[in-house]
Amino acid sequence: MNPADEREVAEAVAAAREPIAISGGGTRPVGNPATETVPLVTSALCGVKLYEPGALTLVASAGTPVSEIHDLLDSNGQQLAFEPIDHRGLLNTAGEPTIGGMAASNASGPRRIREGACRDYMIGVRFVNGEGAIVKSGGRVMKNVTGYDLVKLMAGSFGTLGILTEVAFKVLPAAETRAVLLIEGLSVEDAVSAMSSALCSPFDVTGAAHVPEGMDGDPVTMIRIEGFVESVRYRAGKLQELLRKFGEADVERDPSRTEAGWKWIRDVQKFHGRDGDVWRVSVKPTDSPRLARRIRDQQDASFVFDWGGGLVWILVTPGTDLRLHLSGIAGHATLIRASRETRLRLPVFQPQSAAIAKLSEGLRRKFDPRGILNPGLMA
Amino acid sequence: MEMPKPDKSIIKRKSAIVARLRTVLPEDAVLSDPAETLAYECDALTAYSCRPLAVVLPDTTDQVSALLRICLEEGVPVVPRGSGTSLAGGALPTEDCIILGIARMNSVLETDFLNRFIRVQAGRTNLSVTGAVEHQGFFYAPDPSSQLACAISGNIAMNSGGAHCLKYGVTTNNLLGVRMVMMDGTIVDIGGPYLDSGGLDLLAVVCGSEGQLGIVTEATLRILPKPEGARPVLVGFGSSEAAGACVSDIIGAGILPVAIEFMDRPCIQACEAFTSAGYPDVEALLIIEVEGSEEEIDHQLGLIKRIVANHGPEAVKESRSAEESQRIWTGRKSAFGAMGRLNDYVCLDGTIPVSQLPLVLKRIAQISAEFGLDVANVFHAGDGNLHPLLLFDANVPGELEKCEKMGARILELCVEVGGCLSGEHGVGVEKRDLMTAQFNSDDLEAQLRVKDVFDPGWLLNPAKVFPLSVSSGRRAA
Repeated sequence: MNPADEREVAEAVAAAREPIAISGGGTRPVGNPATETVPLVTSALCGVKLYEPGALTLVASAGTPVSEIHDLLDSNGQQLAFEPIDHRGLLNTAGEPTIGGMAASNASGPRRIREGACRDYMIGVRFVNGEGAIVKSGGRVMKNVTGYDLVKLMAGSFGTLGILTEVAFKVLPAAETRAVLLIEGLSVEDAVSAMSSALCSPFDVTGAAHVPEGMDGDPVTMIRIEGFVESVRYRAGKLQELLRKFGEADVERDPSRTEAGWKWIRDVQKFHGRDGDVWRVSVKPTDSPRLARRIRDQQDASFVFDWGGGLVWILVTPGTDLRLHLSGIAGHATLIRASRETRLRLPVFQPQSAAIAKLSEGLRRKFDPRGILNPGLMA
Repeated sequence: MEMPKPDKSIIKRKSAIVARLRTVLPEDAVLSDPAETLAYECDALTAYSCRPLAVVLPDTTDQVSALLRICLEEGVPVVPRGSGTSLAGGALPTEDCIILGIARMNSVLETDFLNRFIRVQAGRTNLSVTGAVEHQGFFYAPDPSSQLACAISGNIAMNSGGAHCLKYGVTTNNLLGVRMVMMDGTIVDIGGPYLDSGGLDLLAVVCGSEGQLGIVTEATLRILPKPEGARPVLVGFGSSEAAGACVSDIIGAGILPVAIEFMDRPCIQACEAFTSAGYPDVEALLIIEVEGSEEEIDHQLGLIKRIVANHGPEAVKESRSAEESQRIWTGRKSAFGAMGRLNDYVCLDGTIPVSQLPLVLKRIAQISAEFGLDVANVFHAGDGNLHPLLLFDANVPGELEKCEKMGARILELCVEVGGCLSGEHGVGVEKRDLMTAQFNSDDLEAQLRVKDVFDPGWLLNPAKVFPLSVSSGRRAA
């Protein structure tokens, strides 16, 4: 199915007799394997409906390419502050990521540590529920507590509660300039300590990542600051002083090199083209070195630490149940990339407590009583 | 304003219900004497009041669980209450309800500076969260004007904002997790001390659900390192429209101050008389604050002043000391109190697209003239969150009703121009009946179903948020 507008999406769902697999650009096939489904593609719901730079708001149909949004914002000196990940390289997919898919997967990036996630910038949605009803929540204003916040509930619900047809975002001014402090050779423990020091400082760090095997094979720790030129220069100096006990930090200011460096982190390019399962683990930053040690004791694994250590991307031997290493550590692990067999055996999303699972299942039944929207994808 | 008819059978069973509650709560935690429950008859929306059946003041999550189980068995509605500072009547009781006050649960449970979070009991006041972490150079960002008194539980219920949320976001953007008790007594942990939670974002619907989904007893909150410094600048204009246009230009120019607050002459004068904040005598005033080191502040204020100059300001005054900054903010945060000294008022909370600011301010003035009631404006201009204060005299019969009608007209205007009924105070009882102006029946049905999942018997704060006619088939009473 390839509905042309919201009305057609609603009609298609109302008339559906079989489960539907919702797809925007088809670049983020994350989730438990689907059973027999009919595809519904939202790419025809395309276009920016409203953009007011002075009000920091943008509204677009769900099938609008993310690249189109980036270009439009860029030409007005603004940006999606949450720096959404492009999953194509990691998941070996082609096609054009859509803002509906970005919202449905709550796709965020390195700046999440400072500015918040995709969900934090979503201020309104329209969607079609499992009965074919068109529902709106939120709106196009930055502050809104009128009724329940279904907007953020839809973020990261992977189409299991409804098919997004329109999303409204708060956008932010793009920084005038950026600088990246690079420290080489740190252990994971020291890197997390260094990143914590930077993130606990008043110098407005907008990215803090560590890769044990950096671009040239040696460990690299990256701290990003953004803002007005004078301000970035001042804060870079302050951070160099602050981090001196961990090592001498080089400051990289070249716009294209710093941009490429953070895309490398954002899209987890370290793992592109390499075999193995990919897990995405969210923990307290200070727990991540312990987690990495436990895994390394058992097998060869590759790591990318983002969010000051709070987000760990892990490449492991296919079929590994990474959650076994999480015991005693608060957090959760999502199996982002693995074979169908592995995903049938290991739940893609972290198993939940009985009470939470009951609430989540209850919501799915209320929004999609027939269980036809991406059935089983999340649970 | 209509409330559901109290269930007589519950009122008749009062002593038996109170006796049951006493079996699971400490002696001093159950108030049933009308002289004692009087203090709980209203919140900060004082126009409405009603004495509850009883008040319970638990001090542990287990007690909350036990008492809710009893209320469920007895079919008694439960109205949660933080510090009772709701401006929307979120904690307004009914005669047949139990008020569940969380104020005794106010401890800090855990602070973790390296991982930048604090876990507190939800009755803790907003300002004392910052109080618990500032010695290490941290703060909790959302700062409602009532922050000295308001509780985190209420902040979560209403998804509260504040003057500085232009940069830092509102409660939902700073909340990492909650421990919550469901109406059937089940204790659930949602989220935790990490940035993302797997699965559906239940935290997102709990935050802002006005106490209708569960009783939050603990909260894990994000704390942030304090900026090196902050400095407000006062800018006075000859008209509200000029001030509104200036706001839009600043934001459009790529500068995001930490706060942009707006006040018009009536508010300026009231605040000045109340706190001697040092405000200029002008038609409209902006308080613009930026953060950083001294040099960074100078640079940003330089850019802002250049834009301000294009809008013909009548006064530009930069704060020269921490004390002066403090006075400027005390003045702003006392605005509601200062106006209260002069008049009875109804405070609105609609949000509009910033671009509509000049138009909406003009229309509000017209509506004010039409109804013959004065309006004072004070609001968070950067994010379009308006707080028109509609002034009336409660001693004049019919004036409150007239004032409410005028408020409804202004809120409908907010919705018309692409905005919403409430930016940060919540719907409560105050805006309940206007929900149909913003949402159609399918929109509301989706929200009602969320409550069906969390509270199938509709006993938690049942008469709030949704028009009574909309929730009537679901509520027990």
